[in-house]
Amino acid sequence: MPEKIDIYSGATLDSKIDLSIQRGSKNSEVKMEKYTVEYDKTEVVLDLVHRVQAEFAPDLAVRWNCKAGKCGSCSAEVNGSPKLMCMTKMSDYTNAKSMEIRPMRTFPLIKDLVTDVSWNFEKNKQIKPFKPPTGVKELTMYQQHVDRIQEYRKCIECFLCQDTCHVLRTHEEFNQYAGPRFMIRLATLEFHPEDQEDRIGEIKNTFGVNMCNITKCCQEVCPEEIHITDNGIIPLKERVADNFYDPLMMAVSWIKRLL
Amino acid sequence: MKIDVNEEFKNIKRYETDVLVIGAGGAGLRAAISVAEAGLHGIIVSKSLLGKAHTVMAEGGAAASLGNVDPRDNWMVHFRDTMKGGKYHNNWKMAEVFAKDAPERIRELELYGAVFDRTEQGKIKQRNFGGHKFPRLAHVGDRTGLELIRTLQDKVVHFENIDIHMETAISKLLVENGEVTGAFGYDRQSGDLLLFEAKSVILATGGFGKTFRITSNSWELTGDGEAMLYNEGGELTDMEFIQFHPTGMVYPNSVKGTLVTEGVRGEGGILRNSEGKRFMFNYVPEMFKDDYATTEEEADKWITGDPNARRPPELLTRDVVSKAIRSEVKAGRGSPHGGAFLDIASRRTPEEIKKALPSMYHQFKKLAKLDITKEPMEVGPTAHYAMGGIKVDGVTQETNIKGIFAAGEVGAGLHGANRLGGNSLTDLLVFGKIAGDYAAKRAKETTLKKPSEQKIKEAIEVTLEPFKDGNDINPYEIHAELREKMEEYAGIVRDEQGMKKGLDVLYEFLERSKHVKASGDSRMYNSSWHQSLDVKHMVITGIILTTAALQRKESRGAHTREDFPKPVDDLIKVLYVISKGPDGKPIVKEELYDDLPADLQKAMEEGEDA
Ligand SMILES: Cc1cc2nc3c(=O)[nH]c(=O)nc-3n(C[C@H](O)[C@H](O)[C@H](O)COP(=O)(O)OP(=O)(O)OC[C@H]3O[C@@H](n4cnc5c(N)ncnc54)[C@H](O)[C@@H]3O)c2cc1C
Ligand code: SF4
Ligand code: SF4
Ligand code: FES
Repeated sequence: MPEKIDIYSGATLDSKIDLSIQRGSKNSEVKMEKYTVEYDKTEVVLDLVHRVQAEFAPDLAVRWNCKAGKCGSCSAEVNGSPKLMCMTKMSDYTNAKSMEIRPMRTFPLIKDLVTDVSWNFEKNKQIKPFKPPTGVKELTMYQQHVDRIQEYRKCIECFLCQDTCHVLRTHEEFNQYAGPRFMIRLATLEFHPEDQEDRIGEIKNTFGVNMCNITKCCQEVCPEEIHITDNGIIPLKERVADNFYDPLMMAVSWIKRLL
Repeated sequence: MKIDVNEEFKNIKRYETDVLVIGAGGAGLRAAISVAEAGLHGIIVSKSLLGKAHTVMAEGGAAASLGNVDPRDNWMVHFRDTMKGGKYHNNWKMAEVFAKDAPERIRELELYGAVFDRTEQGKIKQRNFGGHKFPRLAHVGDRTGLELIRTLQDKVVHFENIDIHMETAISKLLVENGEVTGAFGYDRQSGDLLLFEAKSVILATGGFGKTFRITSNSWELTGDGEAMLYNEGGELTDMEFIQFHPTGMVYPNSVKGTLVTEGVRGEGGILRNSEGKRFMFNYVPEMFKDDYATTEEEADKWITGDPNARRPPELLTRDVVSKAIRSEVKAGRGSPHGGAFLDIASRRTPEEIKKALPSMYHQFKKLAKLDITKEPMEVGPTAHYAMGGIKVDGVTQETNIKGIFAAGEVGAGLHGANRLGGNSLTDLLVFGKIAGDYAAKRAKETTLKKPSEQKIKEAIEVTLEPFKDGNDINPYEIHAELREKMEEYAGIVRDEQGMKKGLDVLYEFLERSKHVKASGDSRMYNSSWHQSLDVKHMVITGIILTTAALQRKESRGAHTREDFPKPVDDLIKVLYVISKGPDGKPIVKEELYDDLPADLQKAMEEGEDA
């Protein structure tokens, strides 16, 4: 058999795998569809999904943008693990005869591998934005004081942590808990050295920081390797605890609110 | 599928707004802020989810003469660098406001919540980049685009008067009597057809890197803005100038083209050929020879901050470095996968590398199983940025069609024949704001004009054409072929014969693209439909690009012709302006930039001496 060459990349396709992809939409039957796909061992899972589109199922729905792990669009569950398809190498599955790809389970299905993640965007909107000191044109901040928030700001909003967190995935507490992504977002604002806003009440009540029971599953799947629980949620919990139980901090927070 | 236009017409979802912003990259989001601050209603549409636009990929930084690292910097030096990098073919009106407004736009981002890397004095840190005389790029490690888009996105979502339609594509601009009435499109998730009536429309749709095989661009950059405006009688210019970034990954195949930030060289990385030689010293062009080091010793001194040393030749402008790598490979001195070696491992400690270039470290470790703190990378040119695009008024950003504005990569002029790294992100901010301001101003001064029923029906036909019975072209296959041909005939080095052949092929593609087929029985998130419409836009931009490139009989900046290898002084100010002719084929009109006024000439000289 002559070697097959990929139409896009020119890669030599010398391996073969049975790819089962979840097909179907919220309006139709949903089932696993099998495609036998040829590939090159240096490729990533997203390359194979694209080959399925080009050769077998042109209407297959999948989100992606950058194919470089930078935009957080191509989240899915590969053999049950939440992953960015563009950063998941086929060489991590050597000798596998088959592979299963499903959409993120925590969010409502739209079609095939695409889910409705709009809840996340609504949550984000509820978070009070950054408030700089009044009257300044430029901020003076030192690297050692921003290192921590720069870690949180690496978030590419892939929502894989949201997909994994059992509070959302299993218990579906979408009204009680904003999920790890937004704990990190809140931490970014709360630990910003120049932020003048007070969000402590909402962090506890609206966004439900105490719903998290520190299982750390979220940080295990984060493609940006953000220490979501250790460096974000735990300090946030401490701050909330200090504020609610420490009379001095409560007074400070009251004064801040009045200003 | 049978398409019943009358039935479809009844089911259209309609929206009205003052200003419609097409695109949610840096330019679109910044424009929307201006619209909101002017107290008007705005709608933003984007093909993907919020925060995912191509801007998110930007790595190295945003250029502005803040002077935080080297106080000698000022707007005149930035102006001079931008003009020189653009081989003096820039729209100097734009270059002037750009260089002047840049610092304020960057500082303002910080007040919106952006957290840039800091200097010892607690100010925004700036890094070196190709063609910039002083350290000038505000940055966050090598993920500056993410910082920029997330900051703007978080600002925009809190305006009550801005509505955002994610995963919504525009398929046709509605223009009647030379004036805009709105735009027509569809909701990718549901497949519903949408009509947006607007007083002003801002195009912020990005470039068209996806017309090339090897590219650093995301899927969205398919030339929609350029093609849709052209279809309505709009003018494009400088389409021949496509920047090939010198350092894309060349291996593995799957990631061929993925960008390796210029920041690697800004942090001291050097290029070597297979013989281990630092070859860039052999490629310093005459016009730059006073600015660049002639020995390795001098270049190394510069990296350590010696103000009297000149910069290393690895930091020459991108057009020069790309061509140098190509020459080395052609001469048989390439790396095993046909590129050059980019070495940072022997120049910086592993800790420094991981701190300054975290995503590069991650990217190579994950995708190429290579540790950049230990080994050199293999890199080669990749299609990266469109200097050309929509012709705009240098003051207002308005196009030749009344009420349509353009900003960001889709616009043309600022960067001339070659863009300096870091100048795009700032371009988005500066001209996003200006386009937003002027679009708002117009919206305040005009009333909403209704698009005619006939025009809307035309738009329905265009949008649903891929579902027509009898279509048989696979949109993925034709895209793959198109990219191959563009690379072959209109790539990094061009000549008349090749481009003529290329045009013949492209016109065949144009015919075939009328029959691209949307498969499946549902319009819901139907990728083949989306790809079909994208392909049509890419074929049109490909034709325009090649037509323009054929016209420019010189080599200047990013446009290199084997048959006209030298720049021609008489052509510096010549613009090739392209619009759709009566037979549907592009016509080329020659226009001239005005001479640089005396005050800017003086600014340029002062910049030169700084
Ligand atoms: C890997 C990489 C690294 C880069 N690094 C840097 C850097 O360090 N510094 C720098 O200055 N520049 C850099 N650039 C260039 C810079 O990122 C881009 O030029 C810039 O982000 C373009 O922004 P934009 O706002 O014009 O458009 P984009 O960010 O491309 O956004 C376009 C928007 O338009 C929407 N759109 C397109 N067509 C339609 C349609 N038909 N209907 C509806 N919406 C549509 C898209 O969905 C998207 O929201 C880099 C580029 C790449 C590829
Ligand atoms: S640590 Fe908290 S946020 Fe993370 S998965 Fe566990 S419960 Fe969810
Ligand atoms: S925190 Fe990590 S896993 Fe969660 S959305 Fe952000 S990048 Fe994804
Ligand atoms: S496509 Fe952008 S992260 Fe995978």
